[in-house]
Amino acid sequence: MKTKAFKAALPPTLPICIGFLFVGVSYGLLMDSLGFSFIYPMVMSFFIFAGSMEFVAANLLLYAFNPIYAFFLAIVVNARHIFYGISMLEKYKNCGGKKLYLIFGLCDESFSINCTVTPPEDVDKSWFMFFVTLLNHFYWVLGSTLGGLLGYMIDFNTKGIEFVMTALFAVMFMTQWDESKEHRPALVGVACSLICLFIFGSQNFIIPAMVAIIAFFLITNAMAKAKEDRKEMV
Amino acid sequence: MTITQSIITIFAVMLGTMVTRFLPFILFPEGKKPPAFITYLGTVLPYAVIGFLVVFSLKDAQVEEFYLIPEVISLVFIGILHRLKKNTLISIGGGTIFYMLLVQNFF
Repeated sequence: MKTKAFKAALPPTLPICIGFLFVGVSYGLLMDSLGFSFIYPMVMSFFIFAGSMEFVAANLLLYAFNPIYAFFLAIVVNARHIFYGISMLEKYKNCGGKKLYLIFGLCDESFSINCTVTPPEDVDKSWFMFFVTLLNHFYWVLGSTLGGLLGYMIDFNTKGIEFVMTALFAVMFMTQWDESKEHRPALVGVACSLICLFIFGSQNFIIPAMVAIIAFFLITNAMAKAKEDRKEMV
Repeated sequence: MTITQSIITIFAVMLGTMVTRFLPFILFPEGKKPPAFITYLGTVLPYAVIGFLVVFSLKDAQVEEFYLIPEVISLVFIGILHRLKKNTLISIGGGTIFYMLLVQNFF
């Protein structure tokens, strides 16, 4: 059962393998250039497992000691994960002890695969999602450790390779688009994010975009309900 | 920063990250029925969030110089490739190579 789930989980995570190895290596390289031993990126990637936050944490380690600030900064930078949790409440049900690890490893990429890819009928869903998460975790720790150890040896022109993540999300977006008749939620997500990106800039748009998306859904849902109630009264 | 302080800082970052991942599951455990609006959000958010992630992953692209032109061209390329081949790995791999060729040679 596990072997089958592992084999099913491998292909969809391959693009993430490429992306994580590259971004992980750049992260390890950055830590190396800041004077940290490879142990740091390795341990941080293992325990934190949140790419963008780890880049931020690299700087935190250079400033004055302030764990309270680090804690709250991590919550703000990773606030989008709350959305993933709400989206996965149903899918992560009945996964037993694996559920704790699934939630621990709920990064952007694990979310996008586990949310959109349905494994073949004869594959156990919870093991499939477990291996997707485990493989991603493995690629990420491996990449950052390698970067910390020997990143300076990589010499071919990798400019633009980070686009593999955008390509992954774009293809997941199209997969969902084809599977669903209702395109409004997808369009709301893109529109709110784009508008907030242009208004608030790349450093500050995440929280406003989240608020805008939630507000849009709650307001339109409440309006639809009010309309139904009025119909019932008549 | 001493090693102990580094460990505490890393631990604090891990804790903050885990709060964002575990919060929904702690607030709405399996046995309990979540409020209707959370269930509703659970049906629409998966679509909206993937859309958000596309934009999110573009935010650090070289926006300043070319205003997302190579990114948009590559996304269109991925769209066409995906329509023609209907293969996830070909679309992602092909799109990435196409983008790398664009930014390394033309932009």
